Amino acid sequence: MSDNTNTPQPSGAVQTTGHAWDSDLQEYNNPLPRWWLWCFYGTVVFSILYWFIYPSWPVGNTWIKGFGTVEYTAVDKATGQEQGKEFRWNTRALLLEELGNAANDQQRKAMLAKVQAADYEQIAKDPKMMEFVRSVGKGLFGDNCAACHGRGGQGVVGMYPNLTDDDWLWGSSSDKIHETLVQGRKGFMPAFGQVLKPEQLDDVAEYVLTLSDEAPSSEDSERGKAIFQGQVGGCYYCHGADAKGIPSQGAANLTDKIWAIANVPAQKTLQDKKAVIKEFVAKGVNNTRVMPAWKDRLSPTDIKLLAVYVHQLGGAQ
Amino acid sequence: MSEETIQLYQKRIQIHPRSVKGTFRNLKTGILALALTIYFLLPWLRWERPNAPDQAVLYDLPGRHFYIFGLTIQVQDIFWLAGVLIIFAISLFFVTGLAGRVWCGYFCFQTLWTDLFMMIEHWVQGERPARIRLDRKPWSHRDKLIKKGMTYSLWLLVAFWTGLTFTMYWVDAPTLVVEVFTGQASYAAYFTTFFLTVTTFVMAGLAREQVCIYMCPYARFQSAMFDHDTLIISYDTKKGEGSKGRAKQRRGFRTPEERQSKGVGECIDCGHCVQVCPMGIDIRNGLQYQCISCALCIDSCEHDLINYTSENALNGGKTRLLRPKTIGYGVILTAATATLAWSVLTRSPYTGTVEQIRQPLYTQLSDGGIRNAYEIKLNNKLTAPMTVGIRIEGLPGATLDMSGMERLELAPQERIKLLARVQIPPAQHHAASGDKITFIIEALDGVSIEPIRREAPFYIPENS
Repeated sequence: MSDNTNTPQPSGAVQTTGHAWDSDLQEYNNPLPRWWLWCFYGTVVFSILYWFIYPSWPVGNTWIKGFGTVEYTAVDKATGQEQGKEFRWNTRALLLEELGNAANDQQRKAMLAKVQAADYEQIAKDPKMMEFVRSVGKGLFGDNCAACHGRGGQGVVGMYPNLTDDDWLWGSSSDKIHETLVQGRKGFMPAFGQVLKPEQLDDVAEYVLTLSDEAPSSEDSERGKAIFQGQVGGCYYCHGADAKGIPSQGAANLTDKIWAIANVPAQKTLQDKKAVIKEFVAKGVNNTRVMPAWKDRLSPTDIKLLAVYVHQLGGAQ
Repeated sequence: MSEETIQLYQKRIQIHPRSVKGTFRNLKTGILALALTIYFLLPWLRWERPNAPDQAVLYDLPGRHFYIFGLTIQVQDIFWLAGVLIIFAISLFFVTGLAGRVWCGYFCFQTLWTDLFMMIEHWVQGERPARIRLDRKPWSHRDKLIKKGMTYSLWLLVAFWTGLTFTMYWVDAPTLVVEVFTGQASYAAYFTTFFLTVTTFVMAGLAREQVCIYMCPYARFQSAMFDHDTLIISYDTKKGEGSKGRAKQRRGFRTPEERQSKGVGECIDCGHCVQVCPMGIDIRNGLQYQCISCALCIDSCEHDLINYTSENALNGGKTRLLRPKTIGYGVILTAATATLAWSVLTRSPYTGTVEQIRQPLYTQLSDGGIRNAYEIKLNNKLTAPMTVGIRIEGLPGATLDMSGMERLELAPQERIKLLARVQIPPAQHHAASGDKITFIIEALDGVSIEPIRREAPFYIPENS
């Protein structure tokens, strides 16, 4: 602590505060202007007013809630309608107010109305609407679809279809995608394990591989072709005589390079490739590939947005 | 020293600066008139721009554009602001190192508006002695009430118009004025105007030199840039004080010969230099941190005892203008200005970036081809529409598919994100492996400029 100094000061020297540390260490007195002090008192008064005007201190088991209220519009979860709401002032309510009134939000609403009114062809041709759909659709897709189809729509071979390629089991037009979203899809293929003998399954698998040039044509594949196209297997019934699939049945195109269920590209040898196809033909598909219906979970607008979004993911026709 | 005399807070001593005539006063008045004319009239200047506001200088924050005459600054060009700030800072260092607190004395808005307010005060209340007399009178005095009331009213008017003018730089000026007076302006506009009105009134009318002494950080750190060759305003002590100090002109001290024989200096202690000082200091006490280098004391001294000089010159040496500090600041200032000018002059009227979409990294197509997708961002910086074409090169056999948006018209100042898909047939996989693809974004009509070339990777899985 300082002592008061008794050391005499030369006249004309700068005034000190009169405090001395270690007997000779002194402090110059540079007086603050008086208005500065009043400004300080002013801030004290201001802070006390602030405590009452804005939410601040805890008091017992509640707190000072402030005087202000914020009005904002929010979508009611139950009805889906926009409603005016009022809440006591806090920064979250302010944020909601701003979100509702911001220029960006007005633009978003106008754009949404435009997309709602347009048909799929008009949307696809309009760069602005497509930009909007990509931006909004990304969020919708992430919330609802990405769990199975992956963040970018790439799917999982054998389980969930890849939405980014140009091969579509149920049709690739926007209307078809819309239909898929609304009512869902259920993939079905009968199990041939009991119907066909293991050698016959081998032959069919061999034939299927020749369809997409994975294997050369051989005696085996010719036998397989007879089963595929004949009454024994009857595969052509769903996959078509040209094996290009029938979208209304959800039957896959077997002639292209895309394997939705049997993971052929991952296999190194012909034997392995045959094995995965064989296994799959034997077991069939039943209740393993189901796309849920979204008509009761998403609004028509969301479904429309998602239809456009998914359509542009694959750039399908 | 007794305890009682120690004051931790001091009462303000009111300053009543005397008006003065002279070279520096004229210079200051000239700068004041020029600066205020520009400030008050600039927002009213119109500038024809198709599809954009027609205000010559407009800082449109909600629209995220700064319009400065022929220049439209967009958000991504905001780094120019950093350039401007760097130039301002270096200019301050340069000028201060060379000629002291030139900014404070001639250009600072605190100085300018205080000067303007003092002129009003002088016009209403009269010269310094009259103002002192008026201040001493009680408030019950009718003359004081009228004159002070009139001064404050005029100040308030100027302050209000200053605040309103400031607001005009951020919104359309004619619309704003109408809206403000019809009660339709936005809360932000009213608040800005109100805030600037209050601060102008308080700072220029009431606080004045207190701002420079107690509030302004620049005032304090400029002293750190001074050296022995920096021009300062200084009293010639040798000439003014002689060997026996200054003396008033009284009997026996009138002619120069009489004074010389008695050993007193040329300073007749008339006090004019102290009376004209807006900071209330006595320059004869030497360089002080309060001095804003306004040079009015130079004008006030009839005996030419106060001058712009340097410490070196005072000690009989010569003032060196070219020295490492000034040369260094000069070089940096020139370089910064040149860089900014180059950046502004070579700006592109549009921008385009290409980013590969990495989820999924590639897509296997039914014919065995590989597709990569890209997001292209385009921005038309012009206030006119522009047609932009996008094509690719660098990958053999690659085709670009943008669903017909390979060529599109951008609205004025439009920003847009597009999806681009590039695919290569299976036969080209090996040839294209590890290659990059170049997107060429070009303005197709109207403007002739170098197309933008953007490189992006093209990913091909190894087993394909």
